[in-house]
Amino acid sequence: MTRHPSAWMSFLLWLPFETVQAAWTVNMAPGATATSRSVFDLHMTIFWICVAIGVVVFSVMIWSMILHRRSTGQQPAHFHEHTLVEVAWTVVPLVILVVMAIPATRTLIQIYDPSESELDVQVTGYQWKWHYKYLGQDVEFFSNLATPIEQIHNQADKDDHYLLEVDQPLVVPVGTKVRFLITATDVIHSWWVPALAVKKDAIPGFINESWTRIDKPGIYRGQCTELCGKDHGFMPVVVEAKSKEDFAAWLADKKAEVAKLKELTDKEWTREELVARGDKVYHTTCAACHQPEGQGLPPMFPALKGSKIVTGPKEKHLSTVFHGVPGTAMAAFGKQLSEVDLAAVITYERNAWGNNDGDMVTPKDVLALKQAEEK
Amino acid sequence: MSAVIEPGHTEAAHDHAHGPARGLSRWLLTTNHKDIGTLYLWFSFCMFLLGGSMAMVIRAELFQPGLQIVEPAFFNQMTTMHGLVMVFGAVMPAFVGLANWMIPLMIGAPDMALPRMNNFSFWLLPAAFGLLVSTLFTAGGGPNFGWTFYAPLSTTYAPESVTYFIFAIHLMGISSIMGAINVVATVLNLRAPGMTLMKMPLFCWTWLITAFLLIAVMPVLAGVVTMMLMDIHFGTSFFNAAGGGDPVLFQHVFWFFGHPEVYIMILPAFGAVSSIIPTFSRKPLFGYTSMVYATASIAFLSFIVWAHHMFVVGVPLVGELFFMYATMLIAVPTGVKVFNWVSTMWQGSLTFETPMLFAVAFVILFTIGGFSGLMLAIAPADFQYHDTYFVVAHFHYVLVPGAIFGIFASAYYWLPKWTGHMYDETLGRLHFWLSFVGMNVAFFPMHFVGLAGMPRRIPDYNLQFADFNMVSSIGAFTFGATQLLFLFIVIKCIRGGRPAPAKPWDGAHGLEWTVPSPAPYHTFSTPPELPVEERQP
Repeated sequence: MTRHPSAWMSFLLWLPFETVQAAWTVNMAPGATATSRSVFDLHMTIFWICVAIGVVVFSVMIWSMILHRRSTGQQPAHFHEHTLVEVAWTVVPLVILVVMAIPATRTLIQIYDPSESELDVQVTGYQWKWHYKYLGQDVEFFSNLATPIEQIHNQADKDDHYLLEVDQPLVVPVGTKVRFLITATDVIHSWWVPALAVKKDAIPGFINESWTRIDKPGIYRGQCTELCGKDHGFMPVVVEAKSKEDFAAWLADKKAEVAKLKELTDKEWTREELVARGDKVYHTTCAACHQPEGQGLPPMFPALKGSKIVTGPKEKHLSTVFHGVPGTAMAAFGKQLSEVDLAAVITYERNAWGNNDGDMVTPKDVLALKQAEEK
Repeated sequence: MSAVIEPGHTEAAHDHAHGPARGLSRWLLTTNHKDIGTLYLWFSFCMFLLGGSMAMVIRAELFQPGLQIVEPAFFNQMTTMHGLVMVFGAVMPAFVGLANWMIPLMIGAPDMALPRMNNFSFWLLPAAFGLLVSTLFTAGGGPNFGWTFYAPLSTTYAPESVTYFIFAIHLMGISSIMGAINVVATVLNLRAPGMTLMKMPLFCWTWLITAFLLIAVMPVLAGVVTMMLMDIHFGTSFFNAAGGGDPVLFQHVFWFFGHPEVYIMILPAFGAVSSIIPTFSRKPLFGYTSMVYATASIAFLSFIVWAHHMFVVGVPLVGELFFMYATMLIAVPTGVKVFNWVSTMWQGSLTFETPMLFAVAFVILFTIGGFSGLMLAIAPADFQYHDTYFVVAHFHYVLVPGAIFGIFASAYYWLPKWTGHMYDETLGRLHFWLSFVGMNVAFFPMHFVGLAGMPRRIPDYNLQFADFNMVSSIGAFTFGATQLLFLFIVIKCIRGGRPAPAKPWDGAHGLEWTVPSPAPYHTFSTPPELPVEERQP
C-alpha cells in the first residue's frame, strides 16, 4: 500500500490533473473529444459546487459538535422554527440547482446534435462480444476478447491491457463525425468508451444512436456496462482512431480480405485442415459457454462431448449451429460466422474430445444450406 | 432485574390480560406487536448476516485481479442475491420491526390495528426467503441477473430457478403490503386522545408516508414479475421485441417501483434520527412542520423521477431534460432535512452515546451520498457514471450509513426499552467506530475506480483498478466482521446489564418513555394522558 506515497498525497489533495500512477487514478479523464471535454468540465463544476456546500454544512456541524457539548458546560438553547431561515434554505438551494442546470442542459443539447454523419457503423452486442459493420462498405467483423485464459486464471502474468484488449478493434478515422447505430441480438448490452464519453445501451430489437468526432489518433478502451450474463466482464470495447489516409488504406485491406474469404469457400478442404481451423474458431466463439473441453456448464450450457446432436447426423448438427436454439442462450451462428468457419468448427466438434464421428462438413455444405435458406 | 419487570406484571394483571404463551407457539401464533417486532428484527439481522456474507464473497473475489475464488456464473448469483437479500430481507423488515415495536408505544395504542394480519405478514417472509435462497442449490443456480433483473436476461436467458424467484417476490410483496396497511390503519385510527397528526413523533409520520409508498408501488413490482412469468411460461411478449414487446418497458415499470423503493428504505430512518438527534442535543427538533412537508415532497417527487436510472437507454432529449430537472429538485427537500438536523444540534447540549454517534454519522455520510446523487442526476455526466462503480459507491453511501446506520441508531436508542437493560456503552462505541471506518474504507475508493472507468457487476478487472479494489475489500472485511460484535452486544444486553429506567435518556420525549423498561407485554390498554410537553401546540 505504501508503494506510491506521492500518489497518496495527490489523492488527499484531489489533484485530478496530476499524472499519478495509473493504479491510483481518482478521477475521470478529460477524454479525446469535444463532447468528452464538456462532460468532464460539467462533472468538475458540479463536483466543486457539492464540495463548497459540503464544507459549509459540515463546518457548522463540526463546530457545534466541538463547542456545544454538554461537557463544556453548554446549556441547551430552546429555539425552533424560524420562517425566514426556512425560506432561505429552500430558495438558496433552488437557485444553486438552476445554476447547475444551465451548463447541464447546454451539454446535453450538444450531445443530441442531429447533424449528418460522414461514416456510419452498426454496433451489435452479442453474448459476449461486439460486432461492427461499416454501413455501405461491405466490411463487418466480430471483436473478441484477446486476453489469454491463462492470464485470467492467474497462470501467466497479466499485461497492461488485461481484459481491455481485443483481436480486431473498431477502426475509425479522426476528425470525422462517426455515427454509431447500436443494437443487440440477445440481451441488453451497453457500449462504452470513456475517452469518447459515449455510452449507449444495445437493446435487442431496437436501434440506438450515438456519435463521436475524435481529435487525434490513438487507441481508446472501454467495456460493456450492462450486466449481460456470465461473461459480462469479458467483452471489452477497443476503438482505434487512425488518420484519414491510414483509415482509407485499412478499409481497402479489409475489403480485400472479404474477397479472399469467398475464395476459401470454393477451395477443396481436407478434414485435418478443417479441424485445425475449427480448433481456433471453437475457442474464440464457443468455448465461453460449452467450455474448452466441450464439457459445457449444464443445464444452461449443455456438453458437446458425447452430445446426441454432435455425434448424430451432421445435417442436424449443422442446422442447430446455423439456426441456434430459440428460447435458449444458443445463438444462430449462420449469420455470425463465415461458411469456412462454420464448416471448420462443426468438423472440429465432431472430431474432438472423443467424438470420433470421423466425418466432415465442408464449406460447400454450409453454402448449400445458406442458399436453400435464401430461397 | 425482577424488580424492573414487576410493575409490568402488576399492570397486566389489572387489565385481566395475560403474558406471552410458552414455547414455540408464542412465536408462531403471536398477535402481540412487541413479539412480532422482535421476530422482524431478528429475521432482518439474520438476513443482514446472510447478505453480508455474500458481499464478503464478492469482495474476496475482487481482492485481486484475475479469477481466484468463484466462477463468473456464481459471482453473478452473489451480486444478485446480495442485493435482493439486503433490500427485501434486511432493510425493509428491520423498519417494519421498528414500526411494530415503536409505533403503538409512540402513539399510545394497545397494539397494531390488525394483529392477526400482522402475524401472517411476518411469517410469509421466512417462506419467501427460504424459497429464494434455496434456488442457489438448484441445477443452473439461483438468480444471476442482478437485483434489478432486466429482461430479457431475466426471462429468455434466465436460469430455470427464475420462477421460484418470481414467486418469492410475490410473497415479499404481499407481506410488505399487509405490513403497510397495518401501519396506516394503526397511525390513522389508534392515536391516543389529543395526539393530532401534527403532534406525532416524526418516526410515525415518515412511516405513514412510507406505508403509502409501499401500497402504491409493491403492486407495480408484482405486475412486472407477473409479466415476466407470462413471457417465460405462457408465450406472451411483453419484453420480447421479436413478438412486438419492448425490453425497455421492463425498465420503466421496474423503476416506477424501484425509485420510490429507495425512499421506502430511507424515510423511516429519517424519522428515527429526527427523534435521536433532539434527544442527545437536549433541544427540540428545529422545524417539525417543515420536516413533515419535506418528507411528503420527497415521496411525491419519487414517483416522477424513475427514468434517471435509464439515461443511457435512448430516452429522447425532452425526456432526459424532464427527468434530470425533476431529479435535481429532490435536493431541495433533502437539503431542508439536513439543515434541520444541523440546526437542531446548533447550540444544544450535546453528548455522544452510541445512538447519537450513529445518527451524526448518518447525517454526514448520507449527505455525501446525496452529493453523488446530485452528480448522477446531471444527465450528460451520468453518461460517464452510469453502471460504473461510482453508482455502487453512491447507493452504498445512502443505504449503509442511511438505512443501516439509521437502524443501528434506533436499535441502541430503544434497546433499553426492549430489554430492560442498558447495552454496554464501550462496546457500542467500538461497534460504531469500526463500522464507520470500515464502511468508508470499503466504499469511498469505489468513487475513484468508478470515475476511472470500472463497470459494476464484473468479477475481474484491469490492473489499473487493483490497488483501490484491495483497499475496498479490506474495508469491507472490517465492516463485515464488526457486525458480529453487534450481535454480541445485543445478546449481552438481553441477558443482563445495568437495569434501564423507564426513561434512560434525559433528553428524550415521547410516550414510549412513560412505560417501564422493559416495556410490559401489554401497554396502553387504556389510552394514556399525554405528558404536559406533548400537549402543547
